[in-house]
Amino acid sequence: MTGDAVIDVRGLVKRFGTKTVVDGFSIRVVRGQIYGFLGPNGSGKTTTIRMLCGLLTPDAGEGTCLGLDIRRQSAAIKRQVGYMTQKFSFWEDLSIAENLDFVARMYGLPDRRTKVAAALERLGLGNRRAQLAGELSGGWKQRLALAACILHEPKLLLLDEPTAGVDPKARREFWDEIHRLAGDGLTVLVSTHYMDEAERCHAIAYLAYGRLMTQGSVEEVIATSGLVTYEVGARGAGGPDLGHVAAALRDRPGVEMVAAFGARLHVSGGDGADLEAALRPWAADPGLLVRRTDPTLEDVFIHLMNRSTDNFA
Amino acid sequence: MARFSFARFVAVMVKEFIQMRRDRLTFAMMVGVPVLQLVLFGFAINSDPKSLPTAVHAADPSPFARTLVSAMVNSGYFDVTRGADSPAELDRLLAEGRVQFAVTIPAGFARDLQRGERPVLLVEADATDPAATSNALGALSTIARQALDPDLIGPLAHLRSTPDPVELRVHRRYNPEGITQYNVVPGLMGVVLTMTMVMMTALAVTRERERGTMENLLAMPVRPFEVMLGKIVPFILVGYIQVVIIVLAARLLFGVPIVGSLSLLSVVLVLFIAANLAVGFTFSTVAKNQLQAMQMSFFFFLPSMLLSGFMFPFRGMPGWAQAVGEVLPLTHFLRIVRGILLKGNGPAEIAGEVAALLAFLAVVTVVALKRYRQTLD
Repeated sequence: MTGDAVIDVRGLVKRFGTKTVVDGFSIRVVRGQIYGFLGPNGSGKTTTIRMLCGLLTPDAGEGTCLGLDIRRQSAAIKRQVGYMTQKFSFWEDLSIAENLDFVARMYGLPDRRTKVAAALERLGLGNRRAQLAGELSGGWKQRLALAACILHEPKLLLLDEPTAGVDPKARREFWDEIHRLAGDGLTVLVSTHYMDEAERCHAIAYLAYGRLMTQGSVEEVIATSGLVTYEVGARGAGGPDLGHVAAALRDRPGVEMVAAFGARLHVSGGDGADLEAALRPWAADPGLLVRRTDPTLEDVFIHLMNRSTDNFA
Repeated sequence: MARFSFARFVAVMVKEFIQMRRDRLTFAMMVGVPVLQLVLFGFAINSDPKSLPTAVHAADPSPFARTLVSAMVNSGYFDVTRGADSPAELDRLLAEGRVQFAVTIPAGFARDLQRGERPVLLVEADATDPAATSNALGALSTIARQALDPDLIGPLAHLRSTPDPVELRVHRRYNPEGITQYNVVPGLMGVVLTMTMVMMTALAVTRERERGTMENLLAMPVRPFEVMLGKIVPFILVGYIQVVIIVLAARLLFGVPIVGSLSLLSVVLVLFIAANLAVGFTFSTVAKNQLQAMQMSFFFFLPSMLLSGFMFPFRGMPGWAQAVGEVLPLTHFLRIVRGILLKGNGPAEIAGEVAALLAFLAVVTVVALKRYRQTLD
């Protein structure tokens, strides 16, 4: 990778009691990148983000965020980082303008009024400035939160599942905005569960149970997964029931997962030869069309999830 | 309507028990509050205080004077803790609240007694709290009448008969009519402030955590002391509004005399309000939710109310209860507010109590700042 690293951390560990929530996590994120953070619930995404912005102290590991030491200089990091929490965390009993004004004061922004007015204008909320934040819909809350997070013109934006519970159009607009910000040189680290969002990132990291499973661009992640996927579809009408096929396939050695997509099945496994052997009886069925396909990002992630050991069980 | 289902009723009940067990603090409170009340009401409270500190100024140290004083001590109500060289010293001891009673045995007491001239025995009581003194004063006349009987023998035996050999003169200082409101209404200022200030701050900070806004606040470059001060100052203003209401009511509605300086009171109030707010802030750093914050406030309020001398005479309580009471800011504030309003205390007389408040504030502020975390660890 080229360019200066905005985030460069090595071997981060965080334990809560006896549970290791993040275990030896290392990443390097370059300036202007949108870096996607993926992984199942409880995989340590939020904890990692909180360690990066100084809300949690790592139990082990070291590194820098914006060139500042994450252990010793968290106060300085906070000034240059915008952090959008998973749950809406602005004051619902303050108006939109009051929330923005509070944030502006917290960061000691010069020219506060102008900045707040400009942010309201950008949001398109100029005429609703006096409305209480608690009365906003999910999509608007998210836009307000983003506006508040970038009010102090941070160099790094940490977004923790920013689009959970937001409709597709608002999500699309949100991501357009993120790309605009990244174009201006802002670095963005965003955690998400949505595959389409992952595909809009420059690079992604996949965490499972506190460990970094893979990272790179979407293509790299798929290519390095070693996953082989076949598509099984019905050829015309009157073929065998795909539900029964799926059930039968699941028990075959070499088949790791079977997922139904409408009238098609995605059958994947880590070993190409085993998988081909497993599929042979159905490949011969004239009612079925079996062909090799590229695994999707989702296939890869579920494959990674199955492989990782669950230390929460 | 469906019929009553025993199984569903049991299901709800079991769920409640599980939740009760999970919320340890609530459970502890449910058990702790009755225990606390039992201890406080059962052991600490005594509406017939005995062994009240008494200062004696004996201008005539005769055997008769000694007999009288020891009779007072024997009654159990009086405990001579110090002697005084002058009436002025007695005055000071009363004003500072160091003694409850001041006894003056005038010069020529023995001579006048023997001549049958009925010398005056002056007993001054700090009557700011009428309840603390009334029983002792009630016992006094009997003591004065009978104490000297064993000494009045032989040629003096005729003095035993009525009228009494000495003239007992009782001065109820600061509250001559023994009006309870004079004591209660100024005290109420402290009680109201304790209740609202502790609870308000405890809730204000806990609310941030409960609503998730704390995480946002912590992610911003703000220092703990800035948060604490910013959260506390608005409530100091609210506290002042409460004080103004109570002072106005005390004066206009209850006719409580305001002898001392209100500006001195308002200066001390900052300390007292800040002390309570710091307690509330500390609670909020411990409580997980607003309910727990409420419960902790209550746990602080109950002893404050009962052990501070607001409801029951402070000196009537056993030593351990007084020791607990001395720790509470309300105890010291009550002495200050009653001292200023009723006794006309100046800065010198309340210095000790102010120092106690300052110490309390300092300790609690340090605890609060230590407990307040800048991270979510």
